[in-house]
Amino acid sequence: MKKFILATVLTGALAAPALATDYKIMAPAAPGGGWDQTARSMQSALQDEKISDSVQVYNVPGAGGTIGLAQFVNQANGDPSQLIVGGYVMVGAILTNNSPVTLDQITPIARLTGEYEAIVVPAASDIKDMAGLVEKLKADPGSVSWGGGSAGGTDHITAGLIAKAAGVDPTKVNYIAFSGGGEALAAILGNQVTVGISGYGEFAEQVKGGTLRIIGISSDERVAGIDAPTYKESGVDVSIQNWRMVAAAPGISDEQKAAITADIEKMNNSETWKKTLADKGWANTYLAGDAFTEQLKKDVASTTEILKDIGLVK
Amino acid sequence: MNTFELLGQGLLTAMQWSNLLYALIGVTLGTAVGVLPGIGPALTVALLLPVTYKLDPAGSLIMFAGIYYGGMYGGSTTSILLNTPGESASIVTALEGNKMARKGRGGPALATAAIGSFVAGLIATLGLAFIAPSVVKFALSFGPAEYFGLMLLAFMTVSAAFGDSALRGITSLTIGLALGLIGIDQLTGQTRLTMGLPNLFDGISVTTLAVALFAIGETFAVASQKVTGEEKVESVKGSVWMTKDDWKRSWMPWLRGTAIGFPIGAMPAGGADVSSFLSYSAERTFSKHPEEFGHGAIEGVAGPEAANNASAAGTLVPLLTLGLPTTATAAIMLAGFQQFGLQPGPLLFVTNATLVWGLIASLLVANLMLLVLNLPLIGLWVKLLTIPRHWLYAGILVFATLGTIGADGSTFSLGGIPVSFGLGLLMLFGILGYLLRRFHYPIAPVVVGLILGPMAEKSLRQALQISQGDPTALFHSWIAIVLWLLAASAVLVPMYMRYRGSKVLEQIAGDTD
Repeated sequence: MKKFILATVLTGALAAPALATDYKIMAPAAPGGGWDQTARSMQSALQDEKISDSVQVYNVPGAGGTIGLAQFVNQANGDPSQLIVGGYVMVGAILTNNSPVTLDQITPIARLTGEYEAIVVPAASDIKDMAGLVEKLKADPGSVSWGGGSAGGTDHITAGLIAKAAGVDPTKVNYIAFSGGGEALAAILGNQVTVGISGYGEFAEQVKGGTLRIIGISSDERVAGIDAPTYKESGVDVSIQNWRMVAAAPGISDEQKAAITADIEKMNNSETWKKTLADKGWANTYLAGDAFTEQLKKDVASTTEILKDIGLVK
Repeated sequence: MNTFELLGQGLLTAMQWSNLLYALIGVTLGTAVGVLPGIGPALTVALLLPVTYKLDPAGSLIMFAGIYYGGMYGGSTTSILLNTPGESASIVTALEGNKMARKGRGGPALATAAIGSFVAGLIATLGLAFIAPSVVKFALSFGPAEYFGLMLLAFMTVSAAFGDSALRGITSLTIGLALGLIGIDQLTGQTRLTMGLPNLFDGISVTTLAVALFAIGETFAVASQKVTGEEKVESVKGSVWMTKDDWKRSWMPWLRGTAIGFPIGAMPAGGADVSSFLSYSAERTFSKHPEEFGHGAIEGVAGPEAANNASAAGTLVPLLTLGLPTTATAAIMLAGFQQFGLQPGPLLFVTNATLVWGLIASLLVANLMLLVLNLPLIGLWVKLLTIPRHWLYAGILVFATLGTIGADGSTFSLGGIPVSFGLGLLMLFGILGYLLRRFHYPIAPVVVGLILGPMAEKSLRQALQISQGDPTALFHSWIAIVLWLLAASAVLVPMYMRYRGSKVLEQIAGDTD
């Protein structure tokens, strides 16, 4: 009898992990940032929805995620329990930092969320719309100072793309890099720069409060709840999304990839995840499988081109 | 409702048993974490964020605020007793505080730090409640040009204030400035001095450098000395408590520290460390006992400790009124707000008044709780000094190492074995810290250079870029001009004083280097 009990307990203990996979998610950034929040939100959703028994999140910050990426490629190879969170910023960072590892070396699973780039001006500015901004840019590109996040990031890339689409030399863009959207926001509110460019979330409250005016958003079509025309509507053919994704380790089998994708899809459809996105104001831009792989390739190609045009990548 | 009624209601919210409990947990955790070198309040809040998913919003935000304040307190304890600052804002505290502790005046040093933090926290929290909108307006008027003026002022006053020899001070500062150049240049995205190592792309972490120079360097220095068997350190000489004279010398620095810390904390690119530097040099200037600075002047503890706590409250001004996080901890608290579907910003005071005032009121409660928690513990803390030194420093080494690995999980391969990069840097800078001590170079200016250098460079270049290369833009506002004049006087006044002094004391005229 004793043996039987022991055997049952043992089988139970052995079987338990097989019921639900354990995941270890790397956030290649410091605690608190967007990737870290994404990883920790995934952790909660996967556990609360009983998709996985235990999910662990750890941080490897640095160099736009490329340090974490390099470590992930080296250490997670072939391990289906390891995931990494990343995003569009990584695409630029890999290029500007001459990173020895690239996104080709991991297994992309799905794009999860995205944020569009908004252009704002102080309420009292004489720039009323995109046409006004383009006109000013054409007259004297240097006189328009753009406040945004760090050099070579999404904000900078978007500013370059807009100038290029408007027929202005992208190297002439007077882009002032701040430590992040928050510091850029302060510079715009303090009238230190002409226009601000960053994720809509950074400006949302100020736009609602009437201290900033939004003159364009980088989506393909108008976004519900954001009272602004798209760049395209205003005749500037640019659309860009600052997306965040989850990827798996290199060297895993197709079955393993399919299993992970199924888990992530389950998470994406769960109520917990929907509530998280609503609370954080993240747009669900879920895209998985080959469609995501295609999109990723396109993003890498267009980013490489514009970074060369701006002069950040030789 | 007027502000008083709102605050009263907030106090009622904060005084609920469950919220008092959250505040207590917060300040205890914060203090514990602040004591450990290398683990800051930002990391703790980040790690606790998922835990609080199921708590109610008021309770968990109150807990975060408690951690934040508690961390500021805890950092000063190790600075004073062990010359090991837990974070960059308590580096200056180590300068005078540890000298005091070595003279057996650790008790009064801890007391003036605790009470000063309380006074500053109290005044600054009230400031947050009553004058937040005007403070934020002032803070926003600081553009790149004004920041450069502020950094210049900090450089001039701070470099004049460290150590007895200007040459040695400037040498140390230059080491810090050079280290500050390492990493990706934020304005162009190009790497500098990284020797191709991706781990260096984000530059040298201030915490790693501070913990290495102070804690590890000190440990090496102690280890290299001959063991004589007799301990020179006296844990308590005289009273554990502050004497009447201590009180008299402390209250003005507390108030000045608050006045410096609160507005600088509210600035988007300010911060607790910058305000503690400025407070230290202000105290050195205003002190009636300038000769005691560098040998354990109580003003040098009282002022900076008040300043770093006031600046912690100042940080909440832009966070609550603009949704603008100015420190890592504030950024994570912002994430905490969002987790409950709250968006800090101009509308928060209107849409969620109860919660905001509850938070402000609980800061007052947390502050009082910290005082109650810390004062009786002082007697216990100073006993730390009676622990035999080899045990004590072994412990410091363990905590510093664990903290560094905990904050940065990155590794690199050394002959196939994964090695923590942060740990390698920690040891390297530890040796630097030992060498600096061995040859009598001051330590603090190295860290000051690493903190201020990049900020000064960035704001200068941003200002010039906005003006498209026109240098007159640096003096475009009266704030910038005042800051430049203050910086100039910080250099010229002591020179003039020295000149006058040398006339009076002809015999030591040749001694001014």
